[in-house]
Amino acid sequence: MALRIVVLTKPVPDPAAAAERLGPDGRLDRAASPAVINGNDEYTLEAALKLADSMGAEVTLLSMAPPTGVETMRKGLAMGAHRGVLVTDPALAGADGWSTVQVLAAALRTLEYDLVLAGFDTSDGVGGVVGAGIATLLKLPLLSSAAKIEPNADAGTVRVRRISPTGFDVLEAPMPALIVGTQLLGEPRYPSLKGIMAARSKEVVTKSLADLGLDAAAFGGAAARTKVTGTTKPPARGATQVVRGTPEEGAKAIADLLASRRLI
Amino acid sequence: MDFDLSTEHALLRSTIRDFMESEVAPVVEEHEREHRFPVEVVRRLGEMGWLGIPIPEDEGGAGMDTLSYAIAIEEIGRVWGSLGLIVAAHTSLGCGPLHLAGTKEQKDRYLIPMASGKVIGAYGLTEPGAGSDAGGTRTTARLESDTNGAGGEWVIDGSKRFITNAGQAGTYIITARTGTKEGGGAEISAFILPADTPGFRVVRIEDKLGLHASATGELAFDRCRVPAENLLGERGDGFRTFLKILDGGRISIAALALGLAQAAYDAAVPYAQTREQFGKPIGSFQGVAFMIADMATEIEAARALVWKSAWLKDQGRDYSLVAAQAKLFASEVSSRVTNAAIQVHGGYGYVTEYPVERFLRDAKLTEIGEGTSQVQRLVIARKILGLRIG
Ligand SMILES: Cc1cc2nc3c(=O)[nH]c(=O)nc-3n(C[C@H](O)[C@H](O)[C@H](O)COP(=O)(O)OP(=O)(O)OC[C@H]3O[C@@H](n4cnc5c(N)ncnc54)[C@H](O)[C@@H]3O)c2cc1C
Repeated sequence: MALRIVVLTKPVPDPAAAAERLGPDGRLDRAASPAVINGNDEYTLEAALKLADSMGAEVTLLSMAPPTGVETMRKGLAMGAHRGVLVTDPALAGADGWSTVQVLAAALRTLEYDLVLAGFDTSDGVGGVVGAGIATLLKLPLLSSAAKIEPNADAGTVRVRRISPTGFDVLEAPMPALIVGTQLLGEPRYPSLKGIMAARSKEVVTKSLADLGLDAAAFGGAAARTKVTGTTKPPARGATQVVRGTPEEGAKAIADLLASRRLI
Repeated sequence: MDFDLSTEHALLRSTIRDFMESEVAPVVEEHEREHRFPVEVVRRLGEMGWLGIPIPEDEGGAGMDTLSYAIAIEEIGRVWGSLGLIVAAHTSLGCGPLHLAGTKEQKDRYLIPMASGKVIGAYGLTEPGAGSDAGGTRTTARLESDTNGAGGEWVIDGSKRFITNAGQAGTYIITARTGTKEGGGAEISAFILPADTPGFRVVRIEDKLGLHASATGELAFDRCRVPAENLLGERGDGFRTFLKILDGGRISIAALALGLAQAAYDAAVPYAQTREQFGKPIGSFQGVAFMIADMATEIEAARALVWKSAWLKDQGRDYSLVAAQAKLFASEVSSRVTNAAIQVHGGYGYVTEYPVERFLRDAKLTEIGEGTSQVQRLVIARKILGLRIG
């Protein structure tokens, strides 16, 4: 039987649009900016699609997002994912990491899977806790910082190369398991034109909190355990120095500069 | 009435934009400087299905609509005018006639490899003596019956000028006189000419004002023999076919013009915001600000026309008037906007360190190729007035 992989994909403000805006509560105004799939999630999706290409796999996208999340998901479907599940509920506006973990875990309980793939972190929240949180709640083995994913469907195990400060650790766990990926998994593919056409007819199932048997009052923004107490803009970038010349000249100039600052 | 792109069109647009910015933009400058045809980039576009966007799937294409195609050409042109022209000429002028007039055998043999991106196509209509006046075609094709009883062969003699993708194409669609009509006018027919036909040569490649990475060349036919079945469409139908082809091709040249204008605008806006003189951003001077306002407005209007012409075509409606209007307006907007972008940049716009001077050089072609602005005005006025206007 083909491997069943669920890839967590979060819609985040499109970095290229540079239109992010904070609401009065200090949280992101999600209507202000066009959304795209979180960059790191595209790397784990790519890993899932490579497995689908090489050994056959059913790839399901799972998002918790406003209703427009369906459109954001189309790109993942155009890249080659087979279907999508979107958990959306007005009560979820302002949900924090804790709620996100609970809700996604509840959604995963309704799905059948061998692997759940999560991105390293998101470009908007930058929490990096959701994957580990879900693994904890669902009592799944957690394989983090994955640079390579090698499932063995017959043995029912998965092997992961985890990057470490000194190189790689090779981890193995029984499936189902949750894997947190890194960008070393490989550059995400561009959707093909055929993929874009096919995405139109792929199924995206929408679920509310009630559909998941969850109490809206216990999970949404109202129940958030973290509060944004203040926000500040990062300081403006200092003057930049542009190095020109041949690659050799450029490399030497940069090395000299770093050395003069005692950085190398 | 709905002005939003569908999810698929929006996805196509962002996909092409991403690819162009990340994978293609870094190699533009070197190809333009060296006047080098981007063989490798074109090969990749072919693999991704971008060389047959509006051609049906069973003919080797992606089976998308004209709007998708217009969006793609705009996004390609926004990063690289030369590549936009290469793709537009290949698709509209190379694949287009085969799709429109080809037999099943011709489509299988020639169109499928082209629309699936394995072979580049080109279209040879223009001659030294036949520019705006395509009726002035001097190239001839003479049918020689075969003594063996087969269909015979066409023998083609003559030359063509200003042919996009010359020397790169594997298949050329060309027009030639096959006789004289009853009224005395030229009977013009279209032919499929494989690049390896003996007697066929690309005589030279032009040096141009812009679009340096696209090849524009002169073709010569010296007793070129092609089999009888390489006649494309009916004998004497060449004129009608190419008028239809140019109608569609105009949408793609308009889209290319739009992409170049958008590129110039995208460069001018941040420049006006950040370049300071007299202690203020130059965009706070009305003289500069109003240029930006006009650029934005004209681009918006041009895009509305381009998209409308594509939409009409996709609806199966008569689109030739709006396509001519879109081509006329978008190309003239493109020249104005790319010119204004240089003005906004001042001296920095005039030097090659910034890309805006390239946009102007590239944009000018869109007022000339596939019917000059004057010819577009003739087409438009004739349709409106119903008079013979010369
Ligand atoms: C970069 C490039 C790529 C090209 N690619 C191709 C290609 O792939 N295939 C192809 O077949 N051709 C191609 N062309 C040719 C192009 O379509 C012709 O250059 C164009 O149609 C004009 O013809 P011409 O150059 O002979 O100019 P002419 O027709 O001589 O025009 C000269 C001037 O007279 C004006 N004029 C002519 N007739 C009239 C009239 N009746 N009323 C008012 N004004 C008039 C024109 O508008 C123009 O201003 C290309 C040209 C260039 C520069």
